[in-house]
Amino acid sequence: MDDKTIWQGTLSLMILKTLEALGPQHGYGIARRIEQTSGDTLSVNYGTLYPALLKLEQEGSVSSEWGLSDNNRRAKYYKLTRAGRRQLAAESREWERTTVIMARFFAPAEES
Amino acid sequence: MHFGRMRSALARLAGLFGRDERDRELAEELEAHLQMQVEENLRAGMSPSEARRQALVKLGGPTQAVEECRRRRGVPVLEDLWQDLRYGVRTLRKQPGFTLVAVLTLALGIGASTTIFSAVNPILFEPLPYPQAERLVSISETFDNGARNPGTFGMYRGLAERSRSFDALAVYKTWLPAMNGADHPERFEGQRVSFEYFRVLGISPALGRDFQAADDRTGGPGVVIIGDALWRRRFGGDPAIVGRSVTLDDSPFTIIGVMPGGFDNVLAPNAEVWAPLQYDMSLGSAWGHHLRTLGRLRAGVSAGQATRETDALGHAVLEEQRPETYDPRVKFVVSSLQEEVTGGVRPALLAVLSAVLLLLLIACVNVTNLLLARGAQRRGEFAMRAALGAARGRLVRQMLTESLLLALLGGALGLLAAQFGAGLLVALSPPELPRAGAIRVDAAAFAFAFGGAALVGLLVGLIPALHATHGDLREAVQQSSRRTAGGQQLTRRVLVVAEVALALVLLVGAGLLLRSMERLFAVDPGFDASHLLTMQVQTSRRFDKEATERFFAGALEAVRRVPGVTAAAFTNQLPLSGDDDEYGAHFEGDDPATAYNVFRYGVSPGYLETTGIPLRRGRTLDEHDVAGAPPSILISESLARRRFPDQDPVGRRVQIGPANGPWFNIVGVVGDVKQVSLVSSQPDAVYITTAQWLFVDRTLSLVVRARGDAAALAPAVRQAVWSVDKGQPIVRVATMDELLAASAAERRFALILFEAFGLAALVLAAVGIYGVLSGSVNERTREIGVRLALGASRGHILALVLRQGMKLTGIGVAAGLCGAAAASSALVSLLFGVSRLDPAAYLGVVALLAAVSAAACWVPAWRAARVDPSITLRAE
Repeated sequence: MDDKTIWQGTLSLMILKTLEALGPQHGYGIARRIEQTSGDTLSVNYGTLYPALLKLEQEGSVSSEWGLSDNNRRAKYYKLTRAGRRQLAAESREWERTTVIMARFFAPAEES
Repeated sequence: MHFGRMRSALARLAGLFGRDERDRELAEELEAHLQMQVEENLRAGMSPSEARRQALVKLGGPTQAVEECRRRRGVPVLEDLWQDLRYGVRTLRKQPGFTLVAVLTLALGIGASTTIFSAVNPILFEPLPYPQAERLVSISETFDNGARNPGTFGMYRGLAERSRSFDALAVYKTWLPAMNGADHPERFEGQRVSFEYFRVLGISPALGRDFQAADDRTGGPGVVIIGDALWRRRFGGDPAIVGRSVTLDDSPFTIIGVMPGGFDNVLAPNAEVWAPLQYDMSLGSAWGHHLRTLGRLRAGVSAGQATRETDALGHAVLEEQRPETYDPRVKFVVSSLQEEVTGGVRPALLAVLSAVLLLLLIACVNVTNLLLARGAQRRGEFAMRAALGAARGRLVRQMLTESLLLALLGGALGLLAAQFGAGLLVALSPPELPRAGAIRVDAAAFAFAFGGAALVGLLVGLIPALHATHGDLREAVQQSSRRTAGGQQLTRRVLVVAEVALALVLLVGAGLLLRSMERLFAVDPGFDASHLLTMQVQTSRRFDKEATERFFAGALEAVRRVPGVTAAAFTNQLPLSGDDDEYGAHFEGDDPATAYNVFRYGVSPGYLETTGIPLRRGRTLDEHDVAGAPPSILISESLARRRFPDQDPVGRRVQIGPANGPWFNIVGVVGDVKQVSLVSSQPDAVYITTAQWLFVDRTLSLVVRARGDAAALAPAVRQAVWSVDKGQPIVRVATMDELLAASAAERRFALILFEAFGLAALVLAAVGIYGVLSGSVNERTREIGVRLALGASRGHILALVLRQGMKLTGIGVAAGLCGAAAASSALVSLLFGVSRLDPAAYLGVVALLAAVSAAACWVPAWRAARVDPSITLRAE
């Protein structure tokens, strides 16, 4: 349960980052990109991806429309909205700060 | 962030709609995702079937994602509610009989209470329909013994000049001006008011202007303000009405204003003409108690502060200006106008309101019982749903939704019934009911009906819901769903007992009122009221005394010639009509300070014979008692007994009214008559012919004794009067029986409502007993079969079931008697001639209730006795 909540929070951030990097992308593309970036340590399934996308869409960070994929398949494309970019920027900063702080905690003690 | 949350809330609400469309889209999206994964796997060199299998393993089942998205899209509570509602509607439709009974029962309860609420709310609870109505007060002179005097013009002037508690003060009195003339003569109801009357109320004319100080002085201009209804009726709503002249009481008046259509004059609801008082201080009547005083408190001044100031000022004014009659015991009281207007009917209305709430309670108990019985039948269904994963809370919610649905249906139907009920109530309402015009099913009544329905829905649903889902439901799946927990039967019995007890309380109320009414109509009014037709004739002010006498004598002659009329006479005050003409009677030889307060009847010879008032001693008044003849007078029995115990009053002399008036010779003694009401005990009266009276009686009531139906004579009698002079208005046409009934209208009103509610309660209680007993007989069919098989007689079984039912009734009656004895104290002010613990009323009601409940028990008992043991035993 705990695992999942952390995963969901970060998943949203990963989705936003992916869309920033790739531009409009369908669900499968987003999932593949996250898996590849993580070096295949993460596996994204339906149950986590689509609710997260729906949540981002309801919050207005992403918008979606139907389009055609490379293989001429009908697919829903998600793209970052302006609000989404702002949210991404804000959350990236937050994330960096958190990682910096956390890194300090786990770094070997240099002064003593 | 906030924005995002709000956006998603909106998106969720929107998600409640177009749900199927979104589900389809999501399914397509997931399918596309799957296909891309499969293609990827194929590219990685898997076989087609392996590629598909791997993809499915990786992505997981779509159901979870679909469910999760659905949950996220909508609002779960609302979705559940929607589901519960649809399910509820389905179950209710599946059992139309149950639904109909429950909805009708609730509609009865909610409809009746909404009707009563719509009447009681504007009268007792809403402020009067004026701006800042809480600042409106009435000012009265009271004494410690409870006596109250109307106000005087002198005091009004004194207070208006000196008081700092009021924004404005006003006095008023009734005014009944006639429009005499051959075109339709009409008499109006109106008020003579001091110039600030409308300013006190806070309402200004819609057309024209309000009264000014200059209008309200002795010999001032004849000006009048008219009501909206009169303006439309008589003047066709003419917008140029202001400035027009009308003739009232044969004097010219200029119309200076028209009141707005919505103006509700609570102090005289039927008044439609208003003229300034133009009081003449020099006439010496400035200190006569015949005006009512009202005021508007200055902002921030309380009634208590105003009372203190007014009391001090009032005493100062009296001491200064009326030292010879100043009575230091008088108290000046400033009290809320609302209380003044509605205080009289408050006990009756509160009693009726309590009665209807009792009825509503009984209806609730009844429906709770129905739901309990149904819940027991549905235990199997609930067990199944629980087994499929429904939480208990969810099942309770489901049942509550159903009971709420029932209650709201009942509420809607009840509201519809209340629309008719309110009309009926206004038609039934006694004339003394203030603000009857404000009775309507308005927003407040609407809120009451639906608020009440929601509350009722929760109330009636909760116990059955908890019962039905209580205990180990898995057990219920295994067992036959027929079996029910013992606790459920117990609850149902307790509810039936409560129902019987509540019904008894209501019925005792109705019984007490009924007995009061019997007693009231057993009271002898002092005359023969049957076959009497009455009508009031108001003559022109232009007539002098002689012309007036001539007109009335001529009218009498013409009326006596009408076929079917056996006798006719005139009187200046008609018993039980609200007429009130009282004087001080001073007997010769008494101390001038001791005067008896008497009703003064100014009559034509033949009045006693026409009405059937018995002559006890001496002679009656006859055609010889005319102006110029020695003044003759009749006195009532009670007065004779009080003033002349053991003596013959005939031949003694008495002065009526002014000390310089003539001495009247007492020529006879007559029976006592109820003048004010059948309840009132003030019977002292004197009778003098109008010809021998000091003043002119311009307005007289014609009393006609008919051979047959009195009411049918009305048109002919009216024509006979108009055959003498077509210009004199005739009003208040009524038979004496109608007046008698009207004098008891407030009691009758309460009685009719109590009877209706009591009857409804009786039926509901009977249905309740019947329901519980039939349920119990159904459940015990097997036991009864065994008993029969073992040799019990059918009579024995019948007695068994009857005993069970009557035991419940007995307990209910015992509880109800205690409740009724306590509750009857609320009725005391409406009772007449019976104690609130009147044994006949209580016994009668107990007997009635016992008989009805025995009848209700009989059917299930009979059915139980006809059980065929061989069939029931084989059935299991």
